[in-house]
Amino acid sequence: MLQRIRSACAVAMAVALSVTPLSAQETPQPGGALNMIVQPEPPILMVGLNTQGPTLYAGGQIYQSLLTYGKDLEPLPLLAKSWDVSEDGLTYTFTLQDNVKWHDGQPMTADDVVFTGDKFLREAHPRWRLIANTYVESITAPDPQTVVFKLSKPFSAFIYSFELSSFPIIPKHIYEGTDYRTNPANQNPIGTGPFMLKEWKRGQYIHLVKNPDYWKPGLPYLDELYFRVIPDSASRAIAFEQGTVDILRGGDVEGFEVRRLTGMPDVENSVEGWEMYSPVVFLEMNLKTPPFEKKEVRQAVMHVLDRNFIVQTIMFGIGQPADGPFAATTKYHTDDVPQYPYDIEKAKELIAASGVNPGDYTIRLMGLPYGSQWDRLAEYVKQQLEQLGFNITIQAVDPGGWSQAMSDFNFDLAFNFTYQYGDPAQGVARHYLSSNIVKGTPYGNNVSYENPAVDQLFAEAASSTDPDEVAAKYAEVQQILVDDVAMAWLFDMQNVTLWRPKVRNLIRTGIGLNESMDEVWISK
Amino acid sequence: MSFTRRFAAHPGALIGLLLLAAVLFIAAFAGLLYPGDPWQSVGPPLLPPGGDPLYPLGTDLLGRDIAAGLAHGARVSLLIGVISTMAAVLVGVVLGAIAGFFGGWVDDLLMRFTEFFQTIPAFAMAVVLVAIFTPSITSITGAIAIVSWPPVARLVRAEFMSLKSREFVQAAVTLGQRPLRIMFSQILPNTMSPIIVTASLMVATAILTESSLSFLGLGDRNMMSWGYMIGAARTMLREAWWLSVFPGVAILLTVIAINLIGEGLNDAVNPHLRGRKD
Repeated sequence: MLQRIRSACAVAMAVALSVTPLSAQETPQPGGALNMIVQPEPPILMVGLNTQGPTLYAGGQIYQSLLTYGKDLEPLPLLAKSWDVSEDGLTYTFTLQDNVKWHDGQPMTADDVVFTGDKFLREAHPRWRLIANTYVESITAPDPQTVVFKLSKPFSAFIYSFELSSFPIIPKHIYEGTDYRTNPANQNPIGTGPFMLKEWKRGQYIHLVKNPDYWKPGLPYLDELYFRVIPDSASRAIAFEQGTVDILRGGDVEGFEVRRLTGMPDVENSVEGWEMYSPVVFLEMNLKTPPFEKKEVRQAVMHVLDRNFIVQTIMFGIGQPADGPFAATTKYHTDDVPQYPYDIEKAKELIAASGVNPGDYTIRLMGLPYGSQWDRLAEYVKQQLEQLGFNITIQAVDPGGWSQAMSDFNFDLAFNFTYQYGDPAQGVARHYLSSNIVKGTPYGNNVSYENPAVDQLFAEAASSTDPDEVAAKYAEVQQILVDDVAMAWLFDMQNVTLWRPKVRNLIRTGIGLNESMDEVWISK
Repeated sequence: MSFTRRFAAHPGALIGLLLLAAVLFIAAFAGLLYPGDPWQSVGPPLLPPGGDPLYPLGTDLLGRDIAAGLAHGARVSLLIGVISTMAAVLVGVVLGAIAGFFGGWVDDLLMRFTEFFQTIPAFAMAVVLVAIFTPSITSITGAIAIVSWPPVARLVRAEFMSLKSREFVQAAVTLGQRPLRIMFSQILPNTMSPIIVTASLMVATAILTESSLSFLGLGDRNMMSWGYMIGAARTMLREAWWLSVFPGVAILLTVIAINLIGEGLNDAVNPHLRGRKD
């Protein structure tokens, strides 16, 4: 069942069939420059050392990974043209594309992949390090075109470990034996992607140009990419209106601007291209702080927050109310979980049943420091919880303060959102496994949720090789977590991409604009 | 001519007094006029002014009543303005009096200390202080007091230096009065007029500073204030002007009122101007 050999041409055909009819009928026109906004300006473009959004956006044109993932989350070939998973789920064999060259002319081989997985990312990438140290027994290169990953135990989500932000291929001949973080190539990145860094004017723009020796013949279509730096949100919207930039992606402008701009003529929009990440926004309730150790109190919190109001009013309709820990756009999500409709009376009953006197508690609520919509969200949660009788004080924090308080578990209530990376074992389990109650990261099990049944179900699902069994385990996990209200899940974030109609073939996969833009073209 | 008549002769001062009285009335009775929490949603979101007689000034993004926000915001603005000014005047008077009365190295030391504060731009320092001590009504009041006492100290010092060589002070010294008594019973009463005028204008500055801090997101997140209302709504100016215009007008009127009163006080208590209109 899992033994699948995919040839590049079969998948290429599938991709060709899935593109929109408009662009399928048209012949791509080569040439032209594409203008985008990178917000905020990234510190570096080296994807192996920094996986923040801006770095991935611009760096994704320079670096590439073994695989990418479709909007349906199916793995697709990138630097690996085909792969094979053994029957026992322990051996992953990747065959690399032919004639791939680094930007400095050196050939890219299986040695680079082994170096990336065994040395570079194991040292520099916390998420890969965890996977590698838990599951990976060896990474070998039997010949220059083949890489073999041997696992010590089966890991059903392993195939989702090869996305750009998880496993970008790093040039061995440049980084081997050096201090990765101070290597001069970090400022002058060398990748295999369709575009190469030409110039980076700090505070103004990042200028990439076409890689003439790109491994896909005849590609990329575009000659140049500009990632412009525009610090003010209103100016970014104006830059798009005036045509200075051709694309706005989620987060570039505020929600009400998105609503206004989508209504303008000659503007295309889509929420696609985020399926791999599918961020879910949630309110973390520290289970070590009274009164949130009581399940009824947590359930009351779910009942008192009107998630439709949050999405429709505060987020300007951009998002989907969440009903549980798994984003609705991801595999294994189930609707078959306990529901918590907006109901203040029910919430008050639950508080009464819990025996808690809300007036006894003064609770700190830590907002997310990402702009006015997040401030309104904190104010809304405060006013709703005050209707139950709690005293809430909002803590104003900057990104550093937020991260520190979260990492130290020093919070009562806090907002957070995280990427799901295609599979619950990659992006969801980390928040609920009791083994992950570890200080030092804002993205672990920071609420200190402990439930042996949940631990076991996640472990069984991750190591199972039978998809039906995996789905059944994950459905059960969702039911337990939602009944327990391990967190108050608020909404699945949506990110609207806006672009001018002349830009064609823009969003092709589940990683959206982070995907190599080799097939993007501009209609003249 | 009495103080009251001199003050009343100033039409601007009377207008200012009326405006301030109105603001004080609203602040004092905010709880009765708009019972309940101004942070609670009461109506449909983003209702324009006049759209519903219940909410004459409209509602904001979360459906909160703008008029209720203004009334409760008046309390915060006036409270911070008055308390921070009182604290600043207290510190300024004590340091200025000691420096001016004793002179010599005490004066040098205190004035260098004052200059240290005066060399840092006041608003920048307030931002830093509030950021360090995390925004709360106490830290904001404290920060405004810390950045606004040096001019008072300078003023009081100058007054003390000129008054301490006057005959009535020397008489008190000859009578054997202790320095502290001389400072507070002989000299200080004679410096009250300029201090009162300065303090009245400082209240206006303090209200503006608080609004600016809130505008920048450094306000107390649990207190409704005018600066917060503008700061939260400024990105939506094109979509919902009423969210920022009404609190802006409130700040404008209050600050003008206090400035007019300050002018009137200055004219009324300044001995050099006394003969002018008599």
